[in-house]
Amino acid sequence: MPLRVEPLTRAAIAANRFGFGARPGDLAAIVGDPRGWLLEQLRTPYRVPRELEGLASSREILATYLQVRQERAEEKKRGQEDLAITNPAVQTLRAALMPHYVAQADARTRIAVTSANSFRERLVHFWTNHFAVSVDKPVCLGIAGAFENEAIRPNVCGRFADLLLAVERHPAMIMYLDNQRSAGPHSTLAVRAARRAYDPAGPQLGAGPQLRAGPQLGLNENLAREILELHTLGVDGGYTQSDVTSFAAVLTGWSIGGGAGPNAEGERGAFLFREALHEPGSKTVLGRRYEDAGIGQGEAVLRDLAAHPATARHLATKLARHFVADDPPADLVDRLTHIYQAYDGDLGRVSAALVTWDGAWLRDAHKYKQPQEFIYSTLRALDVLPKEPKVLLASFETLGQRHWSPGSPAGWPDRQADWDGADALMKRIEWSVALAGRIDDATPALAIADASLGPIAGGHTRTALANADSGAQALTLLLMSPEFQRR
Amino acid sequence: MRTRREFLALTARLGAGAALLHGLPGVSFAAATGSPPFVVVILRGALDGLSAVPPFGDPGYAAARGPIAIARPGEAHGALDLDGFFGLHPALPLLGERWHAGELLVVHATASAYRERSHFDGQNVLENGGDRPSGTASGWLNRALGALAGRGVDGLALGQNVPLILRGPVPVGSWAPSRLPEVEPELLTRLRDLYSQDDALSARLDEAMRIGALADEQTGGTVPRGAGNERLKLIAQTAGQLIAAPNGPRIAVFDATGWDTHAAEGGAEGTLAARLTGLDQVLDALRRGLGPEWARTAVLVCTEFGRTVEANGTRGTDHGTGAAAWLLGGAVRGGRVLADWPGLALAQRHEGRDLRATTDLRGVAKGLLKDHLGIGERALGEVFPSSERVAPIKDLVRA
Repeated sequence: MPLRVEPLTRAAIAANRFGFGARPGDLAAIVGDPRGWLLEQLRTPYRVPRELEGLASSREILATYLQVRQERAEEKKRGQEDLAITNPAVQTLRAALMPHYVAQADARTRIAVTSANSFRERLVHFWTNHFAVSVDKPVCLGIAGAFENEAIRPNVCGRFADLLLAVERHPAMIMYLDNQRSAGPHSTLAVRAARRAYDPAGPQLGAGPQLRAGPQLGLNENLAREILELHTLGVDGGYTQSDVTSFAAVLTGWSIGGGAGPNAEGERGAFLFREALHEPGSKTVLGRRYEDAGIGQGEAVLRDLAAHPATARHLATKLARHFVADDPPADLVDRLTHIYQAYDGDLGRVSAALVTWDGAWLRDAHKYKQPQEFIYSTLRALDVLPKEPKVLLASFETLGQRHWSPGSPAGWPDRQADWDGADALMKRIEWSVALAGRIDDATPALAIADASLGPIAGGHTRTALANADSGAQALTLLLMSPEFQRR
Repeated sequence: MRTRREFLALTARLGAGAALLHGLPGVSFAAATGSPPFVVVILRGALDGLSAVPPFGDPGYAAARGPIAIARPGEAHGALDLDGFFGLHPALPLLGERWHAGELLVVHATASAYRERSHFDGQNVLENGGDRPSGTASGWLNRALGALAGRGVDGLALGQNVPLILRGPVPVGSWAPSRLPEVEPELLTRLRDLYSQDDALSARLDEAMRIGALADEQTGGTVPRGAGNERLKLIAQTAGQLIAAPNGPRIAVFDATGWDTHAAEGGAEGTLAARLTGLDQVLDALRRGLGPEWARTAVLVCTEFGRTVEANGTRGTDHGTGAAAWLLGGAVRGGRVLADWPGLALAQRHEGRDLRATTDLRGVAKGLLKDHLGIGERALGEVFPSSERVAPIKDLVRA
């Protein structure tokens, strides 16, 4: 039996461990039923947060991207033959996409700092990171935020299969993992290209460096591999290289409309199943044979992957690691796995099972906050929010966690050792000093500690705050205290 | 407001330094004749070794690589010739200079113990030094630091956080330039007290103060400016200065991402070429920062695995096995290619698709630790567990 934890402490745990931290008044508002407050957030039907109103959709942004890209390609074509994306082209694209990134990241930050349903918001961030795209790829700079809002947000409390399908057909994921041009070796387009390449009347192979041998059209296995390894089964989930190749063939044709030249078909910037790229015929993935049904073949494999026991355990482990402990208790992982399987991947129920597990309410915090969590919880505790997006977003750069920039499809890592470098700690200190120096509000740090951490703020920290030289110093000490750095 | 450096100097003069420095791990004052610098650069995402170090002499090369093949030396945009069989990507002219100076050793068809194709498991094996992705929470470079205990050798990660290769029981620092003002020493003292009951934060703060003082001392408090690769170059140069400082950390790690070239990889120009240009310049900036210490330095540049022999259907390459690695520095017996070349023909490949790995990267690392850093064979067995059958490769560094 867990130790009895008093209600105010439970309120602080609810706000900090499961949410993005307490705003002034939050603890008092939820102290009556902290657990019920969390569960209610899972049951509330999805509504688009008003911060997102007026933001461009991924389709609109992608249309801009494709157009700029096409213009650059045409300019380049006039000069030389190679269509590879070179630095100046990347610069032009970044300039076109950056305003969208800033607007999306700004809105995301404002939601995280002000939301009354910050547990649900944490789940949004968790699933976005599970299905990570990274803005170091130019196209994702523009649409990573739209991807979160369109594919992730509406689905975090629904069935995992629906979330998975929404993600894998979203243009951001398709382009991040290079599937838009992946072609079946026997697809209509590949066969036609091969015929042209070997046309005796056409150019001869080896005639010069501008004529290139090798495949012109074929598979790209990136998306298929990362779906198996990262999105569903997990790396030890029992798939082989031949499953990867076969699944890649299944996914051929999952593409984007309105490209250049022969890819002009379809609405520019929207998902498009391109029959002409799709590898015909039945395929076998994980020992199961799937008849060809065009896009239906891929959908069927994804549904089966969502229902796979290895997927249940993989997701349960990641959720438990994120909310409870770096090495989560086996009984919690078992429980979440069981709920996932018993309720057909119902993520609302799985998330609720996390909250209703007594072990998640132990007073000692085991998770070190990631930089974004530290920033959100700080701004919530202080009830401040810089108006200028650039000022707001600079903090994420400084502390090493810009929005949607994990640098790899595995997403941000989720263990203390990944975040607690000496230099990272110094950056947090410097940032806290700079912030505390700009707060005019005379609310004493001890009062902020009470409203934010409640009884979690211990005696040693309280003494340090009481003995501080100035209000700003006390505030810095609070933000950098062990209790505030963990959740 | 005093800087950290002034604070440390002042307290040392007043005798209060003893109290402050007490518990600071490994405050060492190794002279330039101390342990030689060793830097590991990890290229995350799987560098395409067949483009970075094209084996243009292999009869299967041009056909297998198709649209992304690097032309032969002497042809337009051709490779920089190394030995008539291997070349360097044309975007690596500075590395080419190191070759001609006898300071670059190229290792090809190499891999860690890992034979699957997950980046993340592959990086874990590369860094934990074992033969499995999990089960080892520390990195081989941290264990190497452990083997060097008592010799005043410190470790440093370039970046805010410490990658797995350098994590473990030996405390290590990390450093990245800051755009924010320095923190007053008085606050740091209060934070040390605040963390007195928290071992983890307390250790990190001490390490941060130590590296911060060193960085102030070396840079006079100036911060690398600029953006993108210009900034990276400045960081690498500063890192070289920190490593070369008399009391600097002799073992350092940094990593670079963006090598996962599944589509539109490009040949002599394009996506990969742009990244290689950046890397070429960053490595050279590190060399310049090290100054005279470069003569005693060895840098190992490695990646989690190679990429497929054949270009895929989207003018890129998928995850493979055998990779290329570089050893550079004045201490390296360079101007050589170390490769038991397996060949690119279908039957010569690993599983019919990847460059076969014929040189165990652990043998390279063990050879360096043994001959460059003087770690004994027995301790090497702990640094690289389950590598009994992988002998340290001899003669990687100058006697």
